[in-house]
Amino acid sequence: MRRAIPWVYMALAYAFIFLPVVTLVLFSFQDGRLPVPPFNGPTLKWYADVLGDTRLMSALLNSLLVGAGSAALSCALGFLAAYGLARHVLPGTLFLRGLLIAPMTVSYLIIGLGLLIVFNNYGPGPSLWAAGVGHVVINLPLAFAIIYASMGAQQENAERAARDLGASEARVLALVTIPMLAPAILAAFFLCLTLSWDEFIIAFLMTRFDVTLPVEIWSLLRSGLSPRTNAIGSLVFLVSVALVIGLELFIFGRKRR
Amino acid sequence: MPKPETIRGWGFVAPALIWTLAFFVVPFGIMAAMSFATLDGRELVWGFSLENYTRLFGQSYLLRAIVVSLEITLTVTIVSIVLAYPLAWIIVYRVPARWQRLALLLAILPFWTSYVVRSYAWLLVLSREGVINQTLMGLGVISEPLTLASTRFATVTGFVHFFVMLLTLTIYANLVQLPANYRRAAVDLGASSWQAFRHVVLPLTMPGIATGAFLTFVLCIGDYITPQILGGNNELTGPQIIMVQLGRGANFPLAAAMSIVLMALVTLAYLAASRWLRLDRL
Amino acid sequence: MTAPISLSGISHDFGDFRALDDIDLEIEAGEYIVLLGPSGCGKTTLLSVLGGFVTPSEGTVLIGGRDMTGVAPAKRPTTTMFQDYALFPHMSLRDNVGFGPRMAGASKAARNAKADELLDLVGLKEAAKKRPYALSGGQRQRVALARSLAVDPDVLLLDEPLGALDLSLRRAMQDELKQIQRKIGTTFVHVTHDQEEAMAIADRIVVMNGGRIEDCGPPDRVYRQPGSLFAAGFMGEMNRIPGTRKGPMIETAVGPLPAPDGTPTGALTLCLRPEQIGIGKGGWDMGQARITDAAFFGTHFRCHLAPEAAPDLALIAHLPPNARPEVGSVVTLTADPADLSIFEAKT
Repeated sequence: MRRAIPWVYMALAYAFIFLPVVTLVLFSFQDGRLPVPPFNGPTLKWYADVLGDTRLMSALLNSLLVGAGSAALSCALGFLAAYGLARHVLPGTLFLRGLLIAPMTVSYLIIGLGLLIVFNNYGPGPSLWAAGVGHVVINLPLAFAIIYASMGAQQENAERAARDLGASEARVLALVTIPMLAPAILAAFFLCLTLSWDEFIIAFLMTRFDVTLPVEIWSLLRSGLSPRTNAIGSLVFLVSVALVIGLELFIFGRKRR
Repeated sequence: MPKPETIRGWGFVAPALIWTLAFFVVPFGIMAAMSFATLDGRELVWGFSLENYTRLFGQSYLLRAIVVSLEITLTVTIVSIVLAYPLAWIIVYRVPARWQRLALLLAILPFWTSYVVRSYAWLLVLSREGVINQTLMGLGVISEPLTLASTRFATVTGFVHFFVMLLTLTIYANLVQLPANYRRAAVDLGASSWQAFRHVVLPLTMPGIATGAFLTFVLCIGDYITPQILGGNNELTGPQIIMVQLGRGANFPLAAAMSIVLMALVTLAYLAASRWLRLDRL
Repeated sequence: MTAPISLSGISHDFGDFRALDDIDLEIEAGEYIVLLGPSGCGKTTLLSVLGGFVTPSEGTVLIGGRDMTGVAPAKRPTTTMFQDYALFPHMSLRDNVGFGPRMAGASKAARNAKADELLDLVGLKEAAKKRPYALSGGQRQRVALARSLAVDPDVLLLDEPLGALDLSLRRAMQDELKQIQRKIGTTFVHVTHDQEEAMAIADRIVVMNGGRIEDCGPPDRVYRQPGSLFAAGFMGEMNRIPGTRKGPMIETAVGPLPAPDGTPTGALTLCLRPEQIGIGKGGWDMGQARITDAAFFGTHFRCHLAPEAAPDLALIAHLPPNARPEVGSVVTLTADPADLSIFEAKT
């Protein structure tokens, strides 16, 4: 009996964790107007509906563009900062690290509010670009932390060896440091991408006419429960899971081999 | 004159530093300054006035929102830890090694549903016509649907769902790198399983708990979506007040002041957890 | 506190792999036993069987005359000192050492007194308030020892306790371990793969290979008269001379000698330590050999020798340090037949 307790607990925990997701996906196939029981039998019409919706699809594209762009910039800035702090003796290193990581401890809403005030009063106003700027602010600390944590002594010795063999600083970076850190950089990129393309509040505050997908979904919710929302939600889930599995197989799979 | 080595180091750090200063520190400073500004009709008047703060703590619906935010956040943090710890523990100590990674991946898979969609999905489960009510009525347990949605219970459930996954991840990461010999040594010296857990494993996993709990606190107290979708408008949280002020209320200074108050609460949480926090080693 | 151990018929399988194969071993109370062997020989598994972390597939474990085969680690009169020491990083040294008494329900004053007494025994009384990370490797090893002894075990099990230390520190700690064991009289079972460590420290050495006991006895006996070909090779450098028994004589490439009683017939391997080969006449005359190389080791010259009669049979001998052997010169080799260990040749 006592041996079964952990497994029962685990089953209940997984049921709790999967309950909303299974409901979401199941009723995206609902042949009816309401995504609640009873289940009336499968149909793909809501998916056809969603895929044919140009507003949703352009929002999806916007999300991916903002996500990929902000993730790439976050990783570039994060890598340079990590390299600068890990390989050079700078005054106030601890303070600099704290400053770069600080946005992680501030709510997205508050970061978004600050940016909104600045962009409204002193900048070009809301746009997809502004949302991208906000996403770099929230993703830079993550990219920096992940890449900084993986800069070990092993790479430093390889860098010294390369310099000793006559490589210039730029070539050391391009031929030794970046290839050795590639798994960490890729992991950071994918994490930033999934966080950004799914981010709501900053995108909601910083965009106006061209919006990202979560913002578009938000406006769909005003019309109440609909299998259409289930369908787009399931699609987003599918893409994210594909990204995560790709990450797992590509990066962690390779590391283990 | 600094060494060329140092100058080059600054060169590498500069882009990230300038970005953080320009788009995080400066906006935050302006927002903080704005929290002391006032409105004259629709005109913003800069200055140093505590009016917004006296309103926040003086007007009962504003003060109530702060209290509600804090209550929800604390409830969510504690419930999430209590639910996530056993799950992480089971994955590490009961699931065979070759299945561990899969078990963990499954436990955090719904993490990747869209943030907005996740709250919506809970609405499908909790609403009057939702899965739970229909199931219970079908089983004959209840005759009238329960009011589950648009309550604090729904908000907390939506939050706990998300943060159980997050905490399972941070606690798992902490447990799994704990050398097995610590537990064996404790048991060998006469500790019972419970004593070995209480005196050795638990203290050594405090960093994982604290890191996850702090992230939970930060994300939960500043979240607008979950209380808006699941909690309805029966009781408002701080972030909901902020969004109202940015929209219909058009009172940016009040929104800024509310943000500063929420930030202060996060800072308190940080100080409480700082002993164990390992934010730069996530 | 101390107790004898009796192992009979212990076997253990990990899946298809037989880690222990029918082990019988008697250990007296207060003895210092070293389990010696290469990695994968089963010595650590045997220690885990003693400590209760592994329940053997077959056989019984008696400690102090009581059957302990299936008893949990906490309920045994044994404690294990782990290879990585497993010191609790969140506790001071005093709390680490006092952990066992605390689990047994000792009051704070009592367990602190016990911890201080044991920290004093290992020479770390002053550091009682420090945390483990502030210590050097040797100091951690001492704290681990003190922590294990704080529960007054009858038997202390040490899993490669000196493996993490550098050579000079290891030699110093060997002496210390032995001294402490003499002082408290507890039975020590110590696992290592370092035969010098084993010889320096053990009352008896148990040489293991492939899950079996190859040899068991006092260090000098195991070294000079090994019980098996494997034990002979594992205990140190060894010259192996092939031979064949013919009637009352053994014939080898470096000359014949009379076969001692009980010598098996057929192909043999004769084992001789480098220091058991000398120059001059007497005993077993091994004929003339050319010195091909010589290196000075302080206590001796280590010489490579090619016997004239069998130049391919490279021998190694330790010659006296007072006269430098000329490389290329020819010497006459001799050995005491009593020093020879004779085994059937492996096919």
